[in-house]
Amino acid sequence: MKNDMTFVLGGEAGQGVESTGAGFALALARAGLRVFAVPDYRSRIRGGHNFFQIRAGDYEFFSHNEQVHLAMALTREAVDFHVRQLVPGGAIVYDTGLKVDKSAWPDGVQDFAMPVADLVQGAGGSKLMMNTAMVGIAAGLTGLDLRFVEGVIEDNFGRKRGDSVAETNLKVARAAHDYARAHFAERFPFKLEAVDAPKRLLIGGNPAMSLGALAGGIQFMAGYPMTPGSPILEMISAKAAEFGVVTKHAEDEIAAICMAIGAGRAGARAATATSGGGFSLMVEALGLAGMTEVPVVIFEVQRPGPSTGLPTRTEQSDLMFVLHASQGEFPRIVLAPGTIEEAFRDGWRAFNLAEKYQCPVIVLSDHFLATSLQTVPPETLDFDGVVIDRGAMLTPEQLDAMEGEYKRFAFTDSGISPWAPPGHPKGVYRSASDEHDEYGSIEEDATNRRRMMEKRMRKLETARADILPPKLYGPERAAITFVSWGSGYYPVREAMRVLAQQGVSSNFLHITDIWPFPAQAVAEALRGAKRIVSVESNYTGQMAGLIRRETGIHIEEQILRYDGRPISPEHILRGLEGV
Amino acid sequence: MVTVKDYQSPVTPTWCPGCGNFGIHQAVKTALAELGLEPHQVMLVSGIGQSSKLPDYTHANGFMTLHGRAIPCATGVKLVRPDLKVIVHSGDGDGYAEGMGHMVHAARRNIGIVHIAHNNQIYGLTKGQYSPTSAQGTRSSTSPEGSIDRPVNPLLIALAAGATFVARAFSKNSRELADIIKAAVQHRGYALIDVLQPCVTFNRVNTYEWYGERVYPVSQEPGYDPSDLNWAMRAAQIWGDRIPVGIFYQTEDVPAYEEQVPALKAGPVGLRPIRPLPADKAQALKAAYM
Repeated sequence: MKNDMTFVLGGEAGQGVESTGAGFALALARAGLRVFAVPDYRSRIRGGHNFFQIRAGDYEFFSHNEQVHLAMALTREAVDFHVRQLVPGGAIVYDTGLKVDKSAWPDGVQDFAMPVADLVQGAGGSKLMMNTAMVGIAAGLTGLDLRFVEGVIEDNFGRKRGDSVAETNLKVARAAHDYARAHFAERFPFKLEAVDAPKRLLIGGNPAMSLGALAGGIQFMAGYPMTPGSPILEMISAKAAEFGVVTKHAEDEIAAICMAIGAGRAGARAATATSGGGFSLMVEALGLAGMTEVPVVIFEVQRPGPSTGLPTRTEQSDLMFVLHASQGEFPRIVLAPGTIEEAFRDGWRAFNLAEKYQCPVIVLSDHFLATSLQTVPPETLDFDGVVIDRGAMLTPEQLDAMEGEYKRFAFTDSGISPWAPPGHPKGVYRSASDEHDEYGSIEEDATNRRRMMEKRMRKLETARADILPPKLYGPERAAITFVSWGSGYYPVREAMRVLAQQGVSSNFLHITDIWPFPAQAVAEALRGAKRIVSVESNYTGQMAGLIRRETGIHIEEQILRYDGRPISPEHILRGLEGV
Repeated sequence: MVTVKDYQSPVTPTWCPGCGNFGIHQAVKTALAELGLEPHQVMLVSGIGQSSKLPDYTHANGFMTLHGRAIPCATGVKLVRPDLKVIVHSGDGDGYAEGMGHMVHAARRNIGIVHIAHNNQIYGLTKGQYSPTSAQGTRSSTSPEGSIDRPVNPLLIALAAGATFVARAFSKNSRELADIIKAAVQHRGYALIDVLQPCVTFNRVNTYEWYGERVYPVSQEPGYDPSDLNWAMRAAQIWGDRIPVGIFYQTEDVPAYEEQVPALKAGPVGLRPIRPLPADKAQALKAAYM
């Protein structure tokens, strides 16, 4: 078999599993292969068992799967864990010094114990370079040209740490590669070969969303570290000086969102990034933005709850929470990108929507989308398609010509009142988290309250014009219609591919813009469907529940997952059989 | 020329007659006018409480936010629009209970906002519960047998947190307060002004007379040296029969946070026009993933 296989590199936290895995994934991508890589790590800095799984192939596929062909284990625990995932003919690589118990190994698994530590030492490397050796071995076994691995080592070490470290790593990789090739390659049936393909990016949802935010002209971001949302603040911070963005690591999430809202009140494109726990703290301020009609973007990268939950794992269980968070009723927009393309797009689009409708916009991602790395064509990050729309923002000329006192919260048919950034003598106004009148002054009058509520809520109806309908993948009519949202995209698309090979037709309704809910489009798409199956990463079937509430369509068949692991195509296929 | 009238709002204050907030309000408007600042150059940010209604009664950019959260909201304003003079109005419950954590961080980062804490040692808006600055033993609806908590010392906390301007004033002495506010607005970095403010409705102990008998200029303390942190920390501990007011500590040697933010070197980011990225920048961003 050629150009169709999955690797897994497993070891302790601190052994460089994720960085090495990501480097190898990049080498595969540079070899022209398509890649889908999933990190799996525990919430600790040292020890435990982490792994990085990479699927590579030269054909179109959509997600990781459960078939491992080559496992590279840095610890005995990694041997025990990964040997069970191997397909027949698959091999496990580990150092001959590890004492392993092979009694429970599945049939057909190949034992590729090698003197990895000796190879590293012989090449002048340190114990920390076992990971590099494993990558060299992977290239040696599969026949992948070592220069792709070498290129990544040079990029990663050459620039950062000086030539000697790069040189030693290169020696280690070469020695390991040569050894594996000479002694084991013949027995390993799964091979890789570079293909001549257009260059692709290797990227995950967090970076794609961050680049989207930069493309959208973000001016301010505050946050507080929380996995898996913090990389967004880190990535924006890394580019802050160059792109004219102020970023602030705040004292807590309450401060973070309040800073973002303050920046929004001051006329800047402002955002915060967090996960569900941090968003829990932000909830009161979400209402402040709703009431004072301040544009603010919240990137909420979900992980399993409740409370601390599984900090480094995935779930889609905050849907109902973000839809209803904060007391009272006010318009909000919720976007849930599922693909890299959508993550980038919503990264900039969220700012337009926030300013156009002067309300909080929540971009709901999850750990799976955020951290999986996949190859995409460069144009997937569609910088040319970026549009900047600041909505009804008053220009200095319009303010100059304005007569009378500025009504910041003027009653309008659309619900949208023209807004002025501070700094113009005629654009001076006050705004309050209390109910207020058109000028922004605190007002408890019943008629004013009713009209102001209706004005604000009208914005939600107006915003429907900008809500993208769900996308239907596959044939118009099919035996099975999947419904999913966000990162459910990947395993569903992959399950569809497998089903098609089995002669089963399926299609897939992927919901990306979630609030205001595109009820009509969802109802129309599902009308006449033969068998609807909902797929999502939570216990209660939150999207299925929302669909029922908004359209009356009751989806009985639900494939759910709430063990913190990303939904795999096999999980869906097993779910279909189980019904 | 800017006058106090320029800050006149059409909204009539709903504070009780005799409320200490009137003196603070007058002092703020006087200070801003005397500094020649126009209403559009100023942003008043408040939390929730009687003190926090002040922006509603003032013609200036105003943002009345959440209980305890005025400081982070104001910080966000300042970080994108450092050209604006940002003034926070909090109460003692608002600023020293829910907001105390934010105050400590604002002080240590020396963000350029003026924090005027309207300290009446009681919760006014929610009708008379004891506050973080209430004396131990204060009887109130939530402490009917007398409060057990010892009161916070906001000045000492601010000094310990690294505040670069710490003052206390008495709301009745509006002229002196205005002068302190002027100094604070011109100060580089975070400035705390703790304003002793009688609550004529719910606080029957800390009255105008009570304060009148006690307050005296801190400059009369022996060895007065507001540039000496240790001196200021000792002076900040004087409280009881005699209560010093004035500027306890001030240093202009510490740069304000916003002066040090790389992205602000080119001017306020909130005024930067937003345009799609040029192709070469977009390409460079993508290249890191190839």
